[in-house]
Order: sequence, then structure tokens, then C-alpha cells
Amino acid sequence: MIPQGPIDFVPIWTLILGLGVFFYVMLDGFDLGVGILYGFARDTASRNLVMNSIAPIWDGNETWLVLGGVGLFAAFPIAFGIIIPAVYFPILVMLLALIFRGVAFEFRFRDAPNRTGWDHGFCYGSLLATFAQGIVLGAFIQGFRTDGTSFTGSSLDCFTPFSLITGLCLVFGYMLLGAGWLVLKMEGEMQDWARRLGRFAFIGVALAVIVVSIWTPIMDADIRRRWFSWPNIALLSPVPIITAVLAWAEWSALNRRRAEYGPFVAAIGLFVMSYLGIAISLWPMIVPHRYTLWQAASAPSTQAFLLVGTLFLLPVILMYTGWSYWVFRGKVRADIGYH
Amino acid sequence: MSLDPLLLSRLQFVWVIAWHILLPAFTVGLASFIAFAEGMHFMTGREVWFRISSFWIKIFSVAFGMGVVSGIVMPFQFGTNWSRFSVATANIISPLLAYEGLIAFFLEAAFLGVLLFGRSLVPRWAHFTAALMVAAGTLFSSFWILSTNSWMQTPAGYEIVDGRFYPKDWIAIVFNPSFPYRLLHTVCGFYISTAFVVVSVGAWLVRRGEFIAEGRQMLATTLTVLMVLVPLQIVIGDQHGLNTGEYQPAKLAAIEARWKTETPTPLTLFAIPDEANATNRYAIDIPLLGSLILTHSLRGAVKGLDDFPRDQWPPVIFPFFAFRIMVGVGLLMLALVVAANLLRRGGRLYRRRGFLRLLELSAPLGFIAVIAGWVTTETGRQPWTVYGLLRTADSVSPSLTGWNVAVSLAGYMLAYLVIFPAGGLVMSRIVRRGPEAMVSEDAAVESGRPRRPVIARPAGRAEAVARPAETGGAP
Repeated sequence: MIPQGPIDFVPIWTLILGLGVFFYVMLDGFDLGVGILYGFARDTASRNLVMNSIAPIWDGNETWLVLGGVGLFAAFPIAFGIIIPAVYFPILVMLLALIFRGVAFEFRFRDAPNRTGWDHGFCYGSLLATFAQGIVLGAFIQGFRTDGTSFTGSSLDCFTPFSLITGLCLVFGYMLLGAGWLVLKMEGEMQDWARRLGRFAFIGVALAVIVVSIWTPIMDADIRRRWFSWPNIALLSPVPIITAVLAWAEWSALNRRRAEYGPFVAAIGLFVMSYLGIAISLWPMIVPHRYTLWQAASAPSTQAFLLVGTLFLLPVILMYTGWSYWVFRGKVRADIGYH
Repeated sequence: MSLDPLLLSRLQFVWVIAWHILLPAFTVGLASFIAFAEGMHFMTGREVWFRISSFWIKIFSVAFGMGVVSGIVMPFQFGTNWSRFSVATANIISPLLAYEGLIAFFLEAAFLGVLLFGRSLVPRWAHFTAALMVAAGTLFSSFWILSTNSWMQTPAGYEIVDGRFYPKDWIAIVFNPSFPYRLLHTVCGFYISTAFVVVSVGAWLVRRGEFIAEGRQMLATTLTVLMVLVPLQIVIGDQHGLNTGEYQPAKLAAIEARWKTETPTPLTLFAIPDEANATNRYAIDIPLLGSLILTHSLRGAVKGLDDFPRDQWPPVIFPFFAFRIMVGVGLLMLALVVAANLLRRGGRLYRRRGFLRLLELSAPLGFIAVIAGWVTTETGRQPWTVYGLLRTADSVSPSLTGWNVAVSLAGYMLAYLVIFPAGGLVMSRIVRRGPEAMVSEDAAVESGRPRRPVIARPAGRAEAVARPAETGGAP
């Protein structure tokens, strides 16, 4: 399983998959967050606006989830074969929640003035899918019981106090991203409303991130050594410092009327730093404590075959995805979207 | 009662894919039909094409949304329930699935938004291009997923090291022996399924007498296409059968319920296969016809199941009956299409209310044939996930208990039993409203800019603006 070919494709696949998963978290993150915030909207008109702010793009955003799942399968199949069965129930809940949330876009507008089951499906579906993803994240950091290339624990192992906290963390995080998006797409009263929800989400996210950041090194000796041994503690100190600066920027952008892009951009920045923090904690493991990226990798020929197309296709995808965002740029309009 | 995670996982896969396959069976063809209608409108400028396209786009958006959410479930099934299959085959099939995502899904998703909502935001040619891209995306998707499925049926270009498959020849993997036949047969089947839905809706519009121009145009176009596709599909199916006989002889034996090798082989039109005693009850056999159809010669022999060890037999009853349903529906389609095209000469079709009524009932035919065909090929592959190489029983995730899978299966059943009927209702409501009387002038903004300056809308006013749109006016 150690690559025999002349080129080691593992680092580049790590980078591609890392970027793919990050794109998913950022993009579906904000639209799942918008889905959660949708539950707080007061009347039909604001619900229509909130939903139409993501209607043309949610499908593309969710496509990154398929890419993340299939990318893990393609680049690190042993990790896929261990992690996915281990988080059987969170994945189930996520998929079911995404189903109800996804069809709500289509079904709700046949009866928009009334708050129907589809409205609840959209909001609670977004909430449950996010929470389930957070549990997957927590379970992943904690690691899995394995034998060879199989997961041997129980399907309930993934529900721990730690994973419940990471679940909450992600809920507040996506809400913050969603609020940033709404500030960007809304005006006037609706924007003020989004700022208020953003401040609420920010406080939740700050508390949850602090808890997780203290808990993780206490729980895991490897991660403690990674961060607190000399000289790592000095080399890695920019991570918490930049995070703190970004947190301050987020808070002040949420409170400043003129900052339209600030809340969204700073929230993305906070996600980048958290993501980086997890990557630093776990590197070079893909199944913590058990398999490194290299041990879990697929055959070099597989990685090469897929790389050829990916290097060509990813820029093209980013280009036309960018174009579709460009078409729907600017403030959301009441007359574009479902009706 | 003890719950078997293997059996339940298989049932779960059947459940989630059987519902899912209905949507591509509809949307692959519909995307092409919409692109065609958009193209006709772009080129000829006739309003009827604009109304047809706008009407079907609305239905497409519902079906496509359901296809996306039920489709996201699929790759995760490989991981959650079939992890041993995944680890063993990842080196081969994962890039095929990844290419499906990279080439098809992103293309569809990005251009779908513009197709659904962008008519007033982009120039007309760009909207047409978006329709073309979505149609292309659905076809690329079919290409890769059927390549994956075909490799599981007729594996090629691999070597096995330590129980895992490794790629040796990518061309041989992607274009494995059954792939060209399966691709053509499936895509042709999808087009036919869509065409029958359009025929059914068109017939209803004509009979109702409210949107006659649109209904007639739908009928004329799709009946012409069907006149080509249905006979073509029968030829492709025949070729696919020869391919199955060559590469999956046990499957062919099960499809035809041939227990012993006989020369020449009769064709069993109907029977109750009795697997325990390896014989057919109440069989209606036609001598020589089996050899003729299955080998294209009067002396050709079709291998019987007794040539294979008993533990490698597919469950005969499923492929046997499913295949007969598929072929029966196919012949029924042929009869309908020929009759409808004969009646079209001189326009008699549009006055025959009884026959229009019959065409209205034809909407489910394609879906029945697709499901039956899929049951034939997938149950005929058993007991293997990778034909002849990896058993289904050795593919399931080892950590799963019976109740784990029972819970998830119940969850999927409940969810789909809510979603699919609801989706059907929403689509039938759109159909009942008919192609609304809008003209393209209202919708097209050539410059790609909003007509009105975008103004701040406080919540109260936004409601006032949204209202007229909800009542069905053009945006």
C-alpha cells in the first residue's frame, strides 16, 4: 500500500480532498445555516426572501458533499471503509434530513403563504443535517475501533459527550455563516434581523470552540504534544492569535451597519482557522491513531487516473460555478426564484 | 426473530435505488426534451415552444430536486452498508464515480439554477446553452454510473492482490464488455420513459381542449421520436442479450429458466420456475425459438443452470418474471406507438377521444419497463456484487447488526413514502394547471440586467411585490 510509482500522489490528493471538503463546509455550510435561520423568519415575505437567497445555488453546494464522500472513497478507500460504517446513524440522519430539506425548496412554494410541514422540514432538516455532520466530525477526531480494514465497534460508539459538543459547535458555526450570507443578500430591516441572529450565533460558536479547544488536548495525548511541546507551541501560536483577531473582526462587522461583506468573509476566515487547527492536530493520520494518509491511500494508478481529469475539471467547475453565482449576484429580489 | 444485516442491507439498497432510478429515468430524457424545445424556440421564435419549455421546466425542477436528494443517498450506501465491497473495489470503481460527480453533477447543478431562475437575467442564447449543459450533464452522469454498474457485471482490466482489485488497464475497465450495450439500452429506455410521459400529458391537453396547440406539438414530436426509439430499443435489447449470454451465461440461463443445456433450445414463454426441483411447472415452450433469439442460429445452445455450481445460481424467479414484464411492456409500447402514428396521418389522432384516453394511461409504461429491466439485470447478477469474483455476502459492512439496518431501512421507507407521493402530487398539480399563457417577451431581458433598479424592500412591501408573481403572472 506504500506507493511504488515514481511520483507520490498522496500529498496532492490530500490537498484536493482537503479543499473539496472545505468547499463543502463553506458552501453548504452557509446554505444549511440559512436553513436553520429560516425558522426564525417571521412572515411569508421574509421566508420567501430567505429561501430565494439560496434557491439557485443550494444544489451546486450540496454537490460538494458527493465529491467529498466519493473523493474519500477514491483517494483513501480504507478510511472510507472504516469511517463511514462507524458513523452509520449520523450519516443516516444527515441523509434523511437533507432529503426533507432539499425537497422543501420545490414543495413549499406550492403553498407558500401557509407555514406547512415543508417549512418545518426545511428548518429542522437543515438543523439535523448540520448537527449530524458535527457528530461525524467529533467521532472522527476521537478515532475508531478497528481490525484490519474494518470498523469493529458498535454503531452507537460515535455518540459521545465530545461529539455532541462538536455537533453544537457546527450548528452555531453554520448559523454564523448563514447570517453572514443573509447580511450580504438582504437590505434594511431584514439585514438588521440577520445581524442580530449572527451575533447570537457568534456567541454560541465562541463558547463551543473554546470548550472543544480545551477538551481535545486534555482527551488526546498526541494532540496535546502536537500543540504544547517545544518548539511547536511557538511555531503554532499564530493559529490561536489569528483566530482571535478574526473573531474580533467578525463581532465588529456584525455590529457595523456599513460592513456588508465583513460578517460573511470573517466567518469563512474562522472556519479556515478551525479547519487548519483540526488538520494540524491529526496530521498525518486519516483514521486517527490507526492509518496514515499513505497507508489508507488507493493504488497509485487509481490516483493518477483520477488526477488527470481532476486537474483539468476542477478549474472549469470553479469557473462555471462562479458564473452561476455571478448571474444571481446582488441583493435577493422577490421576483426571481420560486413562486 | 433474528434480523439479518445482510438481507436487510440488500432490501435497503433495493428500496433506495428503486425509487431513485425513477427520477433519472424521467429527467435524463426530459432534460434533452427541454433543450430541444429551447432550441426550437431560439431558432424559430415560435411561442408554442416557449410555453412547452417553460411548462416542462417547472416539472423538471421538481423531479430533478428529488433526484438530487435521493441520489446523494446512493454513494453513502457503499460506505455505510457495503464497506467490504468498497474497500475491495475502490481502486477500480471510485474514479468512475468521482468522474460522474466532477463531470456531470457540477455541470447540472451550476446550469440548473440558470435554467430554472435565470430566464430574465441572461440573454436567450445563454439560457439555451444552460438547457444544453443540463442535458449533457444527465448524459455524462449516465455514462459513468453505467460504466461502474457494467464493470460489476462484466469486470475487466483488473488484477486481484490480497483480496483487493487493482487497475491494470483503464480503457478496458471503463469500456468493459457489457458497457456499450447497457449504456445504449438504458439511455434509450430513459428517453422512451420520458417520451411516454410527454405523450400522456399531450394527449390529455388535447382531449381537455384548453391548450390544444401545445398538446399537439408535444404529441407530434414525441410520437415521431418514439417511432424510431422503440424499434431501436428492441434491437439494442437483443444485442444486449447476446452479450449477456457470452459474459454472464448463468444470468441468461436464469432469465430464460433453462435448467439443462439443450440443443436446440426452446423458448419458454411462460412458466412457474421451481428452483428446488430445477424444473419449470406449467411451461409454455416454443421449440427452436430459444436458439434463434438467444444465439441467432437454429442450432445454437444456451447453457443451462446445471453447468454451474448450485451456490452460484441467481434466484431464478426474479430475473425470469422481471424480464417477461419488460419485454411484454416493450411490445405493448410498440403497438401503441405504431397505432398512434398511423392515426396521426390526416390528424385523426386528435379527434379520437378514446385513443387519446388510452395514450394518457401510457405514462407509467416506461417506468415499469425500466424497473423490470433493472430487476432482471441486478438479481441476475446474484449471488455476486462483482460477477464471479466477489460475493454479495462478503460485501456487507461487518460492524452492522440486524437492528441497525432495520432502523435505517424503516427511516428510508418512511421518508420515501412521504417524499415520492408528495412529489407526484406537486407535479400533477403543475400538469393540471397546464402551460400558462405567458409570452417570452415578458421573460426575456436581452441585456442580462434586471429591468427595474433593485430597490430596498422592507418586509411589508416585499409581500406586495411577491403576490402577483404567486398568482401565476410572468416574472
